Amino acid sequence: MDLRVENLSHFYNDLEVLRDLNLTIPHGEIVCVIGPSGCGKSTLLRLLGGLEKPSKGQILQLGEAPSGSLNPLTYVFQDFALLPWRTVEGNISLVLEPHGLSAEEKERRIADVLERTRLSDFRKAVPKQLSGGMKQRVAIARALAVNPAVLLMDEPLSALDSQTRELLMDDLVGLWQREPFTSCYITHNLNEAVRLGHKVVVLSRRPGLIREIVDIDIPLSERDVSNPKLAALQQQLWEMMRDEAQTADMELATG
Amino acid sequence: MSDISTQPGQQTPAPAAPDAASGKPVSFRGGGFAPKPRKLVGLAVFVVLIALWELGSRSGVISSLVLPAPSEAFGAFMDLANSGNLWRHLSASLQRLVIGFACGVSLGLIFGTAAGLSSVARAAITPLVSAIFPIPKIALLPLFIIWFGIGEGSKVATILFGCFFPMVIATYSAIDNVDRTLIRMGQSFSLSRAQIIWKIVLPAALPGILSGTRIAASISIILLVAAEMIGAEYGIGAYVLLAGNLMATDQLIAGVAILSLLGLTVNWLISRLENHFLGWRN
Repeated sequence: MDLRVENLSHFYNDLEVLRDLNLTIPHGEIVCVIGPSGCGKSTLLRLLGGLEKPSKGQILQLGEAPSGSLNPLTYVFQDFALLPWRTVEGNISLVLEPHGLSAEEKERRIADVLERTRLSDFRKAVPKQLSGGMKQRVAIARALAVNPAVLLMDEPLSALDSQTRELLMDDLVGLWQREPFTSCYITHNLNEAVRLGHKVVVLSRRPGLIREIVDIDIPLSERDVSNPKLAALQQQLWEMMRDEAQTADMELATG
Repeated sequence: MSDISTQPGQQTPAPAAPDAASGKPVSFRGGGFAPKPRKLVGLAVFVVLIALWELGSRSGVISSLVLPAPSEAFGAFMDLANSGNLWRHLSASLQRLVIGFACGVSLGLIFGTAAGLSSVARAAITPLVSAIFPIPKIALLPLFIIWFGIGEGSKVATILFGCFFPMVIATYSAIDNVDRTLIRMGQSFSLSRAQIIWKIVLPAALPGILSGTRIAASISIILLVAAEMIGAEYGIGAYVLLAGNLMATDQLIAGVAILSLLGLTVNWLISRLENHFLGWRN
């Protein structure tokens, strides 16, 4: 299933946050969206998943969601959003409960995603016992459990320290290689964008409009830290954003 | 906090001359400010105070008219127990307490949840709560007696009213403080509104609700005694009032001790509930 954004503009009262976006998130690809803080990246993601209504324009699902998909548009949140009173298994089960699955089917899905995220040993742990990286892996497992058509990731690694971030990036690459998923990945971290994105969308500062869409045709598996092409790409993206970021930084917060 | 004054930092003598080779150890100045549980200390304070009191009474320093010895109060308690009246008083009090508290807390939960979830309900309920909550419910007791009769009704109603308002406030503020990202998460996985309330909002609000219950429990014990003092044949409050009228200070102390125990028991029960439902916090 593809996701297409057409002529999307969005306002909060009179404040224009997004202006005339046109964008396609093609099946099986990770599209990274970067931009200075306050450019409406997170708003875009909320619009994509239907947590907010666009003021103008529309967002279309093209094609059918895969069979067995319980929640085609599924989020992974920056701060994990795990229920602290439920175990790892209970947190995953939460999102399967509304769908009236049989006990075996639920168990099969839970076991499968725990295995894919290497969490099988931590089934009965509660979030408080887990490190930040583990919590985010639980959140990713929960998202995968509903077999989403598009994963909407809102700065999923921003709350983690840099070593954990590296590990999780490898995990995400591994997950994608094993079973390519479609994703819109919001980040302010250029390194994450060039490591994970098949496409990088650069937004300008508010009102956010698309400055550039960069295609990266290096396979995910070859994008290690030492790859000089990636470094050049990251530098290029940074130059594109630098002035914007600086201006955004000096702006007074409004509203 | 005696720990603070005994830090070793002050004891290190200043060296005469700094020795470049051996160096000067960095003096310790951290630590303290970390209270640890010391169960025996609390018990010891009780034992020592009661022993001093007993000693004072026996030696005649404390006049038995002013304050009877603990042993006399205990004697009065045993008399009460042996006469069979203890159970009569206690059961009358417990019945009022349980009915009033349970109804007040349940109604408070229902109205508080409504105010926490619906804008209309909130706009309707909160001004009313703000207006009625500060009224000492005891002032309404004469009115309740007219409405519900001199019997159990007026006493239960007083307790119910006393519990209801703090419970409403605790519930809706607890719901206000539920992490909105958890609710967005529920919505993003297409959980229904009922499921979000039942599986996310209420469990997340439970810590606040339980501390509201604790406050409601204390209030209900205060109101129980007050209501029983105004008109009741049986009940701990009636027993204490009668003892006071007869200047039977030993019985009075015994009655007050029973009330203290009652309060401790209720608190302990709520702590057990907290441990059971909020185990995930530790």
